[in-house]
Amino acid sequence: MKITFDWLKDHLKTSFKEKNLLEQLTNIGLEVESVENLSVENELFKVAKIIKTEKHPNADRLKICEVNVGEKDLKKVVCGAENAKEGLITIYAPPGAIIPKTKTKLVAAKIRGVTSHGMLCSESELNLSDESDGIIELSKTQYDKNIGKSYYTKSKSKSNLIDLSITPNRPDCLGVRGIARDLAASGFGKIKDFKEKKIKSKIKQTLKVKIKKEKGQGCVTFGSCLITNVKNTESPQWLKDKLISVGQKPISAIVDITNYIMLDINRPLHAYDANKIEKGIVVRNSKSGEEFTALDNKNYKLENGMCVISDNKGVLGLGGIIGGTRSGTEFDTKNILLESAYFEPKSIRKTARKLNLDTDAKFRFERGIDPLSIEDGLNKAASLIKQICGGEVSKIDIQKIENFKTKIIKFDPNLFEKVSGFKISIKKMIKILEDLGFKLKKEKKYLKLIVPSWRPDISLAIDVVEELVRINGYDQIKIIEPGKERYKPTLNKSQKLFHFLQRAVATKGYFETITWSFTDPKYNNMFREKKKEIKIVNPISTEVGVLRNSIFSNLIFHMHKNLNRDIKDLSLFEIGPIFNGSNPGEQETVLGGLRSGKISRLSWIENDRNVDIFDVKKDIIQTLIEAGYQRSKINIDDITPNYYHPGKSGRIFLNKDKDKVVGYFGEIHPNVIKKIDIKTEALVGFEIFVDNLKIPKKLLKDQKNVFKVSDFQKSERDFAFIIDKNFKSQELIEIISSVNPELISNVDIFDVYEGENIPNNKKSIAINISIQSLEKPLKDEDLEKVNSLIIDTIEKKTGAKIRS
Amino acid sequence: MSDLKKIKDEFLSKLRSKLDLSEVNKIKSDLFSKNGLITNQFKKIGSIPESERKKYATDLNAIKDELQDLITLKLNEIETLEVNEKLQNEKVDVTLPERPIARGKIHPVSQTIDEISSIFSEIGFSVEEGPDVENEYNNFTALNTPEHHPARDMHDTFYLDEKKQKLLRTHTSPVQIRTMLKDKPPFKIIAPGRTYRSDSDQTHSPMFHQVEGLHIDKNINMGDLKGCLNYFIKEFFEVDKIKMRFRPSHFPFTEPSAEVDIGYKIKDGKIIIGEGDQWLEILGCGMVHPNVLKNVKVDPNKFQGYAFGIGIDRLAMLKYGINDLRAFFECDYRWLNHFGFDPLDVPTNYRGLSR
Repeated sequence: MKITFDWLKDHLKTSFKEKNLLEQLTNIGLEVESVENLSVENELFKVAKIIKTEKHPNADRLKICEVNVGEKDLKKVVCGAENAKEGLITIYAPPGAIIPKTKTKLVAAKIRGVTSHGMLCSESELNLSDESDGIIELSKTQYDKNIGKSYYTKSKSKSNLIDLSITPNRPDCLGVRGIARDLAASGFGKIKDFKEKKIKSKIKQTLKVKIKKEKGQGCVTFGSCLITNVKNTESPQWLKDKLISVGQKPISAIVDITNYIMLDINRPLHAYDANKIEKGIVVRNSKSGEEFTALDNKNYKLENGMCVISDNKGVLGLGGIIGGTRSGTEFDTKNILLESAYFEPKSIRKTARKLNLDTDAKFRFERGIDPLSIEDGLNKAASLIKQICGGEVSKIDIQKIENFKTKIIKFDPNLFEKVSGFKISIKKMIKILEDLGFKLKKEKKYLKLIVPSWRPDISLAIDVVEELVRINGYDQIKIIEPGKERYKPTLNKSQKLFHFLQRAVATKGYFETITWSFTDPKYNNMFREKKKEIKIVNPISTEVGVLRNSIFSNLIFHMHKNLNRDIKDLSLFEIGPIFNGSNPGEQETVLGGLRSGKISRLSWIENDRNVDIFDVKKDIIQTLIEAGYQRSKINIDDITPNYYHPGKSGRIFLNKDKDKVVGYFGEIHPNVIKKIDIKTEALVGFEIFVDNLKIPKKLLKDQKNVFKVSDFQKSERDFAFIIDKNFKSQELIEIISSVNPELISNVDIFDVYEGENIPNNKKSIAINISIQSLEKPLKDEDLEKVNSLIIDTIEKKTGAKIRS
Repeated sequence: MSDLKKIKDEFLSKLRSKLDLSEVNKIKSDLFSKNGLITNQFKKIGSIPESERKKYATDLNAIKDELQDLITLKLNEIETLEVNEKLQNEKVDVTLPERPIARGKIHPVSQTIDEISSIFSEIGFSVEEGPDVENEYNNFTALNTPEHHPARDMHDTFYLDEKKQKLLRTHTSPVQIRTMLKDKPPFKIIAPGRTYRSDSDQTHSPMFHQVEGLHIDKNINMGDLKGCLNYFIKEFFEVDKIKMRFRPSHFPFTEPSAEVDIGYKIKDGKIIIGEGDQWLEILGCGMVHPNVLKNVKVDPNKFQGYAFGIGIDRLAMLKYGINDLRAFFECDYRWLNHFGFDPLDVPTNYRGLSR
């Protein structure tokens, strides 16, 4: 909402300076977003006429315009607007002017070899509207005599343009008067009386208006009056100045007057050319397929149930949103019908959303217009029109299908302190509420409040508390130091695990990333497996059109991007949600890591080698162990999703029962790497399915096992077995350990060999076994016994042969 | 007697000169071998007159100890010298690079979430979570934002179905709803997490992070709200003094509502929090609307309290001088390395939030 201090003073009698008022506006919740000084610089913007145009020699789209800016010589200006043509009157900005939209200072510069002395402006460049198609076209009749004069007149060019951010609950402050009222209530002045003189007329409003009573009718009240024999003209200077001062473009007196009243008291009005209305007005629901051309020159196809103003010939306009071209007023309009109505916010919103329409009127009606301002608006507009355009004004006609119900709140003054934490007197409360327009009566310990009709946001006692705290000032709220009482531990066990894993993986050299939860379906499909694709109906682009089914889709995308940044050896991870369905809760937390390139690249001391599956296996296993899971219980097999290398990837369980997969690790499938075109020596990764990690049975806070170690001699024995190539070493170790768990304290694999001297489908595994007793020193024959038992068991259970 | 003195003086002076290993060993054998000078002196003890024997033996022992100690010392000296000489030949260039260091980093958003959790933990808050995909009811309706409410316009929502029933949460506030439906009051929670709005430009990312706060009890009022946020901001920015401004605003789910600005100034291109006369909006808050409490079956006549929502990414940017929000999610390893945190820097109360 844009206002000026001057306009504010139309309604507010105040001795405060603009600066104080600005501060106070923010303090009472009407946040000042920006204050623009429109002074001297703006006098530089001049009314100018294009005298001649010719094509730019070096650019097809550009023209060189010779422009009369009221000086002796014509100015040469390069312009790209299609509508720049000879005879057009527009606004010229000389070098040195600051363009309001971009806040940049204009300089005379060569554009494709031709020097442009200044610029011809579009409405959007001057912040007059969002219109950026072409340069401003000023009316010839109005501006021909003004060429060379400043577009902004002096009187207004001194005031600041104040832009307020009005929250959606405060439609009343979309009018200057509402803002003045709030300031007055907070002690920054006195609101001026405002009672529009009623139209005294004996002429009947002869254009029949009817609100059709039907389900979902969006119009509750339709007030109108007929003004005949007007002479639509340009607005008087004061009105033009007023509108220009808040960045509006004057059009014609009738349109300007309706706009002025809308901005002044937030009462949108609409003026029809009465001669163009066929046999009276019917306010009704639209029927599917009806069409009309709106004042934005666009054609709209309507659906069922939109609130339209229509006549015998069809739709004239969308009530409370936008009028139509068919009945629009023009300079030659003789008779006008003024509309002042109340439309249901819900209905407005629904229609505007369906048609994707946003107008000033819509913005106001959807927030709620004062239903009791209908007559005030008509009176004020009619008298201005009569004054400026002449004509005869009819009586006001009001059609309604429902009466306005005043809201009454029973307010307990004690609620104020209970919520705000501080006290004010009832007398002060009453003063504030009355200043805000409440009518009130004391009823025992309660205040009976009648809510002003312009405050649709107030319906509960708590809303009244807000008004009181707001107007009193939030700085009155006293700080109460926070108490330390606690009802639950800060983090639950799975949250602790989340944070632990995050840092555990980072300690292994991985950079943590956070990527969007949505991803490119092309990438997602590489890792989706059999999961359902979850599409976003309205993504910002199709490249991020689906929720990720895997932690890898974005991670590999960013790994690729980084590898293109000339880093070769990189470890990245992310911990976050992946999605298994489109319902709330159909998601799980996954930690995924990727490593690329080599270990010890360009090292003077170590030989380099590619990262491989056993690097990531170490990373994932170590992380799990650090998180409290026992290595000896961890069980691994080789069934993995198809985005891993089928021969070089593994699956992890926390126990032999294999109930839930807690992770995968391995090389990324070469096809995936090829598809994405990743250039690296090696790409390996792992995933931890955090939600599948049961909280370890033994917690740190629990007592530890009894401390037992052996000081008896430890013996080590080496064995080598020839065994089936596919036989899993994990099982071999299990078998050995279970031969005599009391004595076999450790089993290490120190060599695996395939090739010469070993049959084709076999491998040789060399194992070191530590044997030690907790109870006694072992004699040679004890050791021999264990040795032969190991060999016997292995040979029997696995078909392996001891190598001699 | 003079024999002893002579031996002593002679050998002491010998041992004081520079000797090599064999020379020391020779002295050692001259004195202490089977026929060594000292050994022979001991053999003589029997022939010393009874009256002098005791003194003689004492003197002899003293001399023996003195010489022996000196020899041991000398031997050690020589040995160390020889070993060092040998080791000198094994010398390496210690300025050659160490073996590669694997150093990971924690993302600044994660670090900030940990900092926030640590601060609120001190005053008794616990951490709650909710799903990223929400239903329309929890995200809007239950939060007193019915359909056709203009406030919905401020949230450009990503939808997952045409009926607009399933969506990506636009704020962390639905966690309030889930928490209050699940448990009974009092509630004292924060809920950090991912949030989504279909806004994408220089200063907006379609995904960002918020932390929700909720404290509901019998007598929690706006003073408590102010106190809590005042405490948080001071702790978070690790400054003694902050300038904070509460400004009335509007959110459908709180009444009264406020936005909070903090005072700052720019000095040498850096933002300084707590000084200056510029204001920066950092969060929205208010007293939970009675309609919200009713929606989650909490009696608004018995319970009341506050809620707030803070943009985490924004806090991280302010505290750590990061000026581009989009970069948070672009995963450039150089950025991660520059702004990331060492994983061992866990924000805690007793060690402080940051080093």
